Amino acid sequence: MRALVLTNFKLRRNLREKLSTFWMKCCYILVLAMPFILLTGLLIKSSLLFGEKSLTELIFSSEWKPMSGKFGFLPFIISSLWVTFISVIIAAPICLLTAIYLTQYARRVVLKIMQPVIDILAGIPSVIYGVWGIIIIVPFVSKIAGWFNVHSSGYSILAGAVVLAVMIIPFILNILIEVYKTIPIELSEASLSLGATKWETIKKVLTRKAFPGIISSFGLGVSRAFGETIAVLMVVGNVVHIPTGIFQAGYPLPALIANNYGEMLSIPMYDSALMLAALILFIVVTIFNMGSRYIIIHYEKKI
Amino acid sequence: MINETKINIENLNLHIGKNHILKDINVQIPEKKLTVILGPSGCGKTTLLKSLNRLTDLYPEVKTQGRIFNGDEDILHPKTEITELRKKMGLLAQSPYPLPMSIYDNITYGLRISGRRKKRFLNKRVEYYLRQVSLWDEVKDRLKDPASALSIGQQQRLCLARGLSVDPDILLADEPTSALDPISSREVEELFVKLKQRYTIVMVTHILRQAKRVADYVIFMYLGEIIEHGPAEQIFEHPRNEITKSYIKGIYS
Repeated sequence: MRALVLTNFKLRRNLREKLSTFWMKCCYILVLAMPFILLTGLLIKSSLLFGEKSLTELIFSSEWKPMSGKFGFLPFIISSLWVTFISVIIAAPICLLTAIYLTQYARRVVLKIMQPVIDILAGIPSVIYGVWGIIIIVPFVSKIAGWFNVHSSGYSILAGAVVLAVMIIPFILNILIEVYKTIPIELSEASLSLGATKWETIKKVLTRKAFPGIISSFGLGVSRAFGETIAVLMVVGNVVHIPTGIFQAGYPLPALIANNYGEMLSIPMYDSALMLAALILFIVVTIFNMGSRYIIIHYEKKI
Repeated sequence: MINETKINIENLNLHIGKNHILKDINVQIPEKKLTVILGPSGCGKTTLLKSLNRLTDLYPEVKTQGRIFNGDEDILHPKTEITELRKKMGLLAQSPYPLPMSIYDNITYGLRISGRRKKRFLNKRVEYYLRQVSLWDEVKDRLKDPASALSIGQQQRLCLARGLSVDPDILLADEPTSALDPISSREVEELFVKLKQRYTIVMVTHILRQAKRVADYVIFMYLGEIIEHGPAEQIFEHPRNEITKSYIKGIYS
């Protein structure tokens, strides 16, 4: 009798074990499949446009006349590249120097105070950054343009880039602080004991050690900046043309999708074109993520 | 056998926050001898070692009082040129921390930051110091490889060579064999015995047998105080203090 109860008990435990593993596997497969599902959806939806035009024509043409069926994505791609790279160029040195100061020079209390501040910055909804951009940055950019004798409303690539820079700073900074914090202090001690100054130690040893982490943080910054929509859309001007200067308006890919999806769908092929824009966004962000990962792996072998 | 004093520590007190870590340290470290700082873990040995080249500066919460003389230069004086002073003391940490660069660059780093750039000079120095730590034959064909590719024991010897590269006259070693396997451990230990003819060496250890093998002079510490110090035979054969006696009999580990 007792033996029977025991076997029963064992069976139930085994069953429970198997069931829980099964559910875990299901969840993990779902997460794993998500990007592929997304990619397939985008491919199917945008395939309509592929059928009629070649990809190179779509990407390298700057003619955007949906009414007559002309969809050239070049203005949007160029705008996206402009805002993204200018924002990272603004944010990168600020983040690097701040991270170095906070981890190497400041007292621990300062870092403890800064960390929640950074988290608050990261958590602010992007629409608030957009409003702030309209109120402060746009007029300011207009003024700066005046100093260079350029007429600009202020709704421009530069305004978008500045707003984006502020938005990606907390993300890049958080990673950089983590990267610098995990470098063992003994490495600094080794360098200092050879007669190096603190700055030499930071520049030649710590930053070298941190290099893969620095690259990955910038890579993450690029992917975030490239995909950010609302805040940029509010300050960038949204004019379809290829921008030739930072004081001109631009029209990045995410803004194109957000502004038009749902409204212009009566025009033939328009939804397919927007899906293609989304696909380009998806692919570029993926390439950037994978690229920074490759650099990390490649570089870590060297040091 | 009386030796000249190399480092003279006077009334050294060190606090970390509210904790009194080093209490009234007064001791002389003899020149061109191997001095072992012995004592159980957490008694302040490493802190004392790091005060000697002011690596304690890295921790803002550390407060030091007192004086440490290297010759007639007060190490702890705020006006002392710290980078020059640190160059006179090679450092070897508990486990190897090679700089994130090639084997070659690890040795030339200290030389290059002090302005030596001639290729021929650097090449010569690299070979010389790698031979000093008997690493040359093992690595001469792969000097450009990252230092992290070496085994732990080789890395520790590389770190020792790196410490020697700026031509110090003092070597500070903080339990230099504690992360190594027995064979590498023995190699490093033998290197220290060889080097003590030319350098003043201060080695922290809590391994009693190691101390007996290498020490000329012993400083025994317990709970932040120096309990007893003197020539090695005296401390090991005829300790005067009760705590020292019981430590040497192996009661504390």
